[in-house]
Amino acid sequence: MESYLFEFALIFYFLATLVGIVELFRSRKITSLIMFFLVGVGFTFHSANIIYRYIAAGYIPITNFHESTSFFSWSIILIFFLLQLRYRMKILSSFVMPVVLVLMISSSMLSREIRPLSPVLQSYWLIIHTVIAFLGNAAFALAFGVGTMYLVQEHYVKSKNIGGLFARLPSLQTLDELNYRLITIGFPLLTLAILTGSLWAETAWGSFWRWDPREVWSLVTWFIYAIILHARLIAGWRGKRAAILSIAGFLTIIIAFFGIKLLHKGLHVFL
Amino acid sequence: MKILVAGLNHNTADIEIREKVAFNKDKLREGLTLVKNLPYIDEVVILSTCNRVELYAGVRDTEKASESIKNFLTEFHNIDRSLLDKSIYLYNDVNAVRHIFRVASSLDSMVIGEPQILGQLKEAYEFALENKTTGILLNKLMKKAISVAKRVRTETRIAENAVSISFAAVELAKKIFTDLSGKVFMLLGAGEMAELAAKHLMNNGVKEVIVANRRYERACELAKEFNGRPVSLENFLREIVHSDIIICSTGAPNYILLKEQMQKVMKERKQRQVFIIDISVPRNIDPKINDLDNVFLYNIDDLQGIVDANMFERKKEADKAEKIVEEEIIPYFHWLSSLESFPTIIALRKRAEKIKNDEIEKLLNRFPDIDEKKRKAIEYMASSIVNKLIHPPTTALKKDSEDRDLMVAIIKKLYGINDEESR
Repeated sequence: MESYLFEFALIFYFLATLVGIVELFRSRKITSLIMFFLVGVGFTFHSANIIYRYIAAGYIPITNFHESTSFFSWSIILIFFLLQLRYRMKILSSFVMPVVLVLMISSSMLSREIRPLSPVLQSYWLIIHTVIAFLGNAAFALAFGVGTMYLVQEHYVKSKNIGGLFARLPSLQTLDELNYRLITIGFPLLTLAILTGSLWAETAWGSFWRWDPREVWSLVTWFIYAIILHARLIAGWRGKRAAILSIAGFLTIIIAFFGIKLLHKGLHVFL
Repeated sequence: MKILVAGLNHNTADIEIREKVAFNKDKLREGLTLVKNLPYIDEVVILSTCNRVELYAGVRDTEKASESIKNFLTEFHNIDRSLLDKSIYLYNDVNAVRHIFRVASSLDSMVIGEPQILGQLKEAYEFALENKTTGILLNKLMKKAISVAKRVRTETRIAENAVSISFAAVELAKKIFTDLSGKVFMLLGAGEMAELAAKHLMNNGVKEVIVANRRYERACELAKEFNGRPVSLENFLREIVHSDIIICSTGAPNYILLKEQMQKVMKERKQRQVFIIDISVPRNIDPKINDLDNVFLYNIDDLQGIVDANMFERKKEADKAEKIVEEEIIPYFHWLSSLESFPTIIALRKRAEKIKNDEIEKLLNRFPDIDEKKRKAIEYMASSIVNKLIHPPTTALKKDSEDRDLMVAIIKKLYGINDEESR
């Protein structure tokens, strides 16, 4: 049952991604509605899956790589929906769903076994630290999508060749401000995630910071986003540069996320 | 009853003729009543805009009605008949319906896809309705035309992109900025096109305007017109820092804004986006400025390029719209032809009723002592004979078949129903 919920979510996300690609080339009111609907149905199954696992295991299901990749994608879509309340930017899902799909496919290939929680993880820090970390990463994922949209739209306006998506993408200023806003949401969450992580490490292992690869990469990401914010406030780095930096920042997150899993085994071994 | 279109538009008549034939509100009321009372004409709607004057009429005889409409126009507007004959077009039947659908869908407009015409057509129809000069034929036709136009609007992108330079500028501004109302606009120099673009920007919410001109008095004049602030050209660099949209159209023979200067400006305004439109020839703004981040520079050719591309796009969409119009003509004609047999059916029925009533009366006169019960029986029998006899021809007339016209003619001839009776 649990496994079906995940598979259904995956199938609906896959279809939504396909429709999202069609939407980029042949937009109809109906395609954008279908896409939105498919994401919504997928998200419902996905949420059910997470709740199911929570109940089955008795703790928040972010304790192995399957669960955390899945929770990462879930957070991205959650923030996507929250954004729709204010911005009504359905086309954003065409840019974000491919990321979600990649995460979900990776997640689907990993072991889904529910194992007894190792004593180290049995702490209220588990839920606080992981949820904060993934919501922050999800905000950066959307900043990536919005940044990509900015570059596409900027290309149209600069090259004076308006056509294609020009009419349907929002204005450059809207995209730029949304990108900034997402980073200002993601950055404090990332900071908090690092802080809660080190507090947790202190209670679990007796030391705040142990240069574990994930800690190092979090710090690298933190610096990248700190630079983006700093450059914007001080030197007025906005528009194209901000978009490129936010894309680079998210790519770092993704590389670190998968890279550490493939190459190293550190304290975050459960991830 | 038949549909007739008589009119002239921007393609067939110059403005000198069009303005003579145009109807203003008072003339329109008078004109509608006069045309409705012309012989052979039962219904009329008059559409009068800057680009066209058209009369849509429900008529009994196309030839004769056309003639009387032409006579009416000549007399009413007091214009030369030969001039009118040269510019007027007449359509009837399918062509008339197609023409009305095309006009409503803005396919016959000077700028294809312009949105005003549908509103103008609705207004013309409502005015005719108010003055009671329309009937079943035009009511249906006008409503259909409006719905066809709406279908074209939703199913094609005919009205989507700007097709004038100043609108293209506004469209671009809206894709650079979220909301124009908080933006500062600078008009550098003057000129018809620059001022037109300025007006469009202000219609779209821009409130704060700075006017810079070589001649300070001229700057003051324009500032008054746009409710803005005048500055002299020497000071414009300082003001550019605050400006988000700049339209430049000075007569200067060289660049008045260089890349290095703009670079400094951008630094000062913390890289906030700037949209610069240089419509001066020779150009006044160094084209290299477009290479700077967050600066978007368009010259007159760039804007024209967008207009051309949009126009091309509209023409492609217009082809789709033409197909929709053709599709919609067929069902309308089905309805129209069902209307044609309707009077004949009524006439036939009346004829039969009359025969029945006459014969019953004759019988009752001959046998006055028939009691109520028997009289009822006789009446019942007569009714059912008549009904059974006219049932098959009625069904045949109602049926939507190709030879309905023929059927109508045959029935009329067989039962001796004349035209006057079947109206």
